[in-house]
Amino acid sequence: MKLELSNNKDIWSGLMLIGIGAAAILVARNYPFGTALRMGPGFFPVVLGGLLIVFGLTILALGLRQGESMAGSWSLRALIILPLSLVLFGLLMEYAGFVPAMLVLIFGSATASTEFRFVEVLLFSIGLTALSVAVFVWALGLPYPLIVGLD
Amino acid sequence: MDLFNNLIFGFSVALSLQNLLYCLIGVTVGTLIGVLPGIGPLGTIAILMPITYGVPPVGALIMLAGIYYGAQYGGSTTAILVNLPGETSAVVTCIDGYQMARQGRAGPALAIAALGSFFAGTVGTLLMALFGPPLAEIALKFGSPEYFSLMLMALVAAAVLAQGDMLKSLAMVVIGLLLGIVGSDVNTGVQRFSFGVTELSDGIGFIVVAVGMFAIGEIISNLGDKDERRIVMDKVTNLFPSKEDLKRSIGPILRGTGIGAFFGVLPGTGPAIASFSSYMLEKKLAADPSRFGRGAIEGVAGPEAANNADAQCKFIPMLTLGLPASGVMALMLGALTIQGIQPGPEVMTLRPDLFWGLIASMWIGNLMLVVLNLPMIGLWVKLLRVPYRLLFPAIMAFSAIGIYSVNNSSFEIYLTALFGIFGFICVKLGFPPAPMLLGYVLGPMMEENLRRSMLMSGGDPSVFVTRPLSVAFLVATVLILIVMVAPAVRERRKEIAD
Repeated sequence: MKLELSNNKDIWSGLMLIGIGAAAILVARNYPFGTALRMGPGFFPVVLGGLLIVFGLTILALGLRQGESMAGSWSLRALIILPLSLVLFGLLMEYAGFVPAMLVLIFGSATASTEFRFVEVLLFSIGLTALSVAVFVWALGLPYPLIVGLD
Repeated sequence: MDLFNNLIFGFSVALSLQNLLYCLIGVTVGTLIGVLPGIGPLGTIAILMPITYGVPPVGALIMLAGIYYGAQYGGSTTAILVNLPGETSAVVTCIDGYQMARQGRAGPALAIAALGSFFAGTVGTLLMALFGPPLAEIALKFGSPEYFSLMLMALVAAAVLAQGDMLKSLAMVVIGLLLGIVGSDVNTGVQRFSFGVTELSDGIGFIVVAVGMFAIGEIISNLGDKDERRIVMDKVTNLFPSKEDLKRSIGPILRGTGIGAFFGVLPGTGPAIASFSSYMLEKKLAADPSRFGRGAIEGVAGPEAANNADAQCKFIPMLTLGLPASGVMALMLGALTIQGIQPGPEVMTLRPDLFWGLIASMWIGNLMLVVLNLPMIGLWVKLLRVPYRLLFPAIMAFSAIGIYSVNNSSFEIYLTALFGIFGFICVKLGFPPAPMLLGYVLGPMMEENLRRSMLMSGGDPSVFVTRPLSVAFLVATVLILIVMVAPAVRERRKEIAD
């Protein structure tokens, strides 16, 4: 029974909506609510948060009666690696420059695939980075240092 | 004659060398991503939008529109040759298109798909030119209450008609509305949901949401699926359909165009619904329905015309009312706003070059697509050989550059990563992401109109039911909800979803 609950799509969906709705109301409670005539900045968010909680409860209730189980396979590897590569790109753009940021992003995200091949991806990363430098920095003139400290 | 003069003016705008070039770029990119499974027009338009900042508004819109309808053409190529829908709109084309290809009739299937789409595109263009101006004229008389009710109707319709769970779609609309709130309140200047982060005081970037949800989230969930590549039929010989093929296709193309145009102006109905309806109709009308599923050319002609007519007519509410009827139209609206153009009925009078130029360019673009798709089919087929393991890192790279270039801000990159994760969770839990984008785009306008209506009426909410147009929209909203909860319609939705 416990296993079924933890794999129930609708229960998770319901909980997520309730969570988002509650968070919205919690944050918006500090904004002036206003009156019907002069609605304050808090009016819209609180109403929307309430709506989300209602939707969440409904979906949760439906899920407890008969939920669909989570479908298909999914890749934890991709879920971690892809956002991480983006974060690294952001950091490297600030501190290291366009070339290292692109290389790390392309090579890094490629490792998220189960069909990852080292040499192929390495060459691909270098090629695509070179192309991006040509198109975005030289041709379109985006003002990014290629490598910080090397100008 | 007014219409005639306007169209001539439109062609004079669209035929300028610069705009022809933007149109060509748009339809080429569109075909490209249409052919490639795993990346759709939503993600591509989001990624490419920053590049259009430097382009004049007309050119930007022409290019982005080209990507959109170009993708419909490209999607059918993949469907016919690989039995893999390059775009969701081409799912139906797989059924008979692939069977035709297996029987060695890939050429006629591709040709009929392209010609049907071209015909539908031409009709769609004419419909836009005919119905755009009167619609805009009516919309000019709208006050805040009408706008609020109209937006409510559009959002509900979009959520309800979208594929998937209705409650979940509605919830996504609400989440989108909430996201639209982030930033300073226009009336009071109060910071909402920005948690003291300066980057959030202007709101969450439109492109951040779109790329995160549609490009990154998609990739994460694609990588979880087993790669099912099928054998590519790469020898396309004899493109020309026989007389028999043509005779069989004319009826389906005409009916498909009508169906597509009808669903096109309805909010929320993706091209998949239009093409599916057309397929069912042709099967019902056929003298021998058993031919369907075994390579009936009617099953290619009808749906292909339907999805292109749908794509084209989606522009009508966007350009005349400022109302996005689909996720892609929400992006177009965003692109206009970023260009400093306030979407709405005024666009037609203030920027006639934009409206008529776009219409004319769509017809030119459709013509370009026939030329691009038929003789160059071999080239597109080769593209299908690019493995996804290399395609997705490239998409990641272009997404990142695109987002970073908007504000030179790493913060927005981190935010995109977050939306990517959220997009993936949504896909896994069965929440359709497109309604969220609609809510996000309409959110600020809706709140503004609600508050203004209440001020106008002195705090009396009955203003929404005493003005005739407003009440009509609200009644329509309720009707849509009732009809969709009806058991018969639910069954049919299930059928389409399967």
